[in-house]
Amino acid sequence: MSGGGEQMTDELKIGGRDFQSRLLLGTGKLFSDALIPEIVTSSGAQIITVALRRIDFESETENILRHIPRDIQLMPNTSGARNADEAVRIARIARAAGCGNLIKIEVIADNKYLMPDGYETVRATEILAKEGFIVLPYVSPDLMVAKRLVDAGAAAVMPLGAPIGSNRGLKTKELIRILIDEIDLPIIVDAGLGKPSHACEAMEMGADACLVNTAIAGARDPVAMAGAFGKAVQAGREAYLAGPGTESLVAAASSPLTGFLHENSTGAGRSG
Amino acid sequence: MRTLPEQEDRGREGKRPGSESTPKNQESTERLTHLIRNATIAMSFYQTVEQYAPFTTENPVRIPGSDRVRRILHQGRVLPEDFSILLSTAAASFLEEMAQEAHRLTVQYFGRTILLYTPMYLSNHCVNQCRYCGFNANNAIPRKQLSLAEVEKEAAAIAATGLKHVLILTGDARHVAGISYLKDCLEILRRYFTSIGIEIYALETDEYRQLIEAGVDSLTIYQETYNESLYDDLHPNGPKRDYRFRLDAPERACRAGIRSVNIAALLGLDDWRRDAFFTGLHADYLQRHYPEVEIGLSMPRIRSHAGDYQIRQPVTDENLVQIMLAWRLFLPRVGMALSTRENACLRDNLIRLGVTKMSAGSTTKVGGRTQSQEDVGQFEIADHRSVTEMRLQIQRLGYQPVFKDWQPIL
Repeated sequence: MSGGGEQMTDELKIGGRDFQSRLLLGTGKLFSDALIPEIVTSSGAQIITVALRRIDFESETENILRHIPRDIQLMPNTSGARNADEAVRIARIARAAGCGNLIKIEVIADNKYLMPDGYETVRATEILAKEGFIVLPYVSPDLMVAKRLVDAGAAAVMPLGAPIGSNRGLKTKELIRILIDEIDLPIIVDAGLGKPSHACEAMEMGADACLVNTAIAGARDPVAMAGAFGKAVQAGREAYLAGPGTESLVAAASSPLTGFLHENSTGAGRSG
Repeated sequence: MRTLPEQEDRGREGKRPGSESTPKNQESTERLTHLIRNATIAMSFYQTVEQYAPFTTENPVRIPGSDRVRRILHQGRVLPEDFSILLSTAAASFLEEMAQEAHRLTVQYFGRTILLYTPMYLSNHCVNQCRYCGFNANNAIPRKQLSLAEVEKEAAAIAATGLKHVLILTGDARHVAGISYLKDCLEILRRYFTSIGIEIYALETDEYRQLIEAGVDSLTIYQETYNESLYDDLHPNGPKRDYRFRLDAPERACRAGIRSVNIAALLGLDDWRRDAFFTGLHADYLQRHYPEVEIGLSMPRIRSHAGDYQIRQPVTDENLVQIMLAWRLFLPRVGMALSTRENACLRDNLIRLGVTKMSAGSTTKVGGRTQSQEDVGQFEIADHRSVTEMRLQIQRLGYQPVFKDWQPIL
């Protein structure tokens, strides 16, 4: 699309749309929704998720949608759904209300830990994808669930880094790494990222994007923290594209196990 | 404590005289479901009450050293015994430390938001004689029940303030404020509100199911006190006298598919440490057995009202704070609702300590917003601020007032 040649562009592709930013924003915990435009600006985010349950369509003063800049992609989510049927109904209500066909599926029947229900999420994804929704399901990082989501028609997979709101970082790193390697859809790390360094780490590892809510809303200065997350995600992405060197605990200059192969090549005559 | 055979007689789905029966066509499948459920969850919170009763009545709570309190605050996970220590006198000198942690947890899990709701009294007819309540059948107060036209007027008046979450209340008078009356009211209220809670007499599972189908998504029900012998004294007559039926009501609503349940003890009836302890355990029990239901807690302190009940166990502001903090540390993800029983100044200060929901523009009178009032409410409210005043004050305190956090999806 852009004239700069293919190797110059590095866009996040979701449901046929391109996004330059790889940071997605959550909402619902801010002390004021009026901060959203500033947070969008400081972070550079282009996709923002809002729980349908919280959208007060009729209100003049309390409607969160009034605070979301027009050029930002709205992604309603199904927060409050306890099973696939409820998630499907919420998605349909959101679309009918004019919120578009991008939907983040959250099916949570566990209010103690807020862990997503993978089975019900797959079911909802299958139904909604068939109805033309661009479905981004939030799940635990389980390879088999992710494969079923691919079959069900998901547009991306959103594995949790740690339980929602926990700010604990990439606790599920090894499992997310498997999804990055094996799943041919964008992998968006959602939930648990508590600091910009966590997001950076996910991006360096090859995640396609991160979604952050609590860590920004809970910061003393949410606008500044959103900016920090934007930069961290960008830095992590650039590092990933640059191909980071491998880590080593010792400074190993030579090849202790295979060095003999090279020694042989110069001293071939000695063996006789 | 009652004998076990009597408890088992009631059963978890036991029918009470006068309750509505299940329609024939659903009976076989429902019965099967009930049998399976009864077999797999052969428990009630009553067993927990029995388990902890000796531990908490005779010696309210063990008095540990202050090092123990400090350790609990830093161990990251609060078990029931730790929770009792957080409610003890030993923890009373750690309120600031507890508050810091409770604030941090609340912001982390709920953000800087406060959901606003308001109570709407439909009827003050009551056949119970709860000694501490203004609606006590023996109190000579004007009795009133809103007609459907009055319900509509009152609903419109509330909706005009911007509120979307309403909590409807009645006394215990099935002969006038029965399930069919409530369903008629719900049909009207659904047009004005996106979330409807009930705070009414305890129902059977099937009755809860009917009201949920008619638009109710949350239940508020207070056990008043978990002390069974005191409960018997305080409820000399009427259906509410049945301790066990009341105790299991939240669980019946959970099984009927309710979305959220709010429980409490009426603070000031019994030793508050004991009742706050059992309320927390009850919430924990419900959260573990019904993880799909959002569990919330309230901290109502008994208020002045019609009648002559003398408060035996006063609860100070400091005590109230300790209760909230101990709950938050024990149950980081439960909601906490704060009503207008408390005054504006205290309510403002409690926001940062773990509150997630507040009532606004409240009245405890039937038709209190639209009718000229000579009659008396259930109790006196202490925070008379309007919804707009509450909204502005919550914003000034650095929080977002939330008007809508649910909508019907049926």
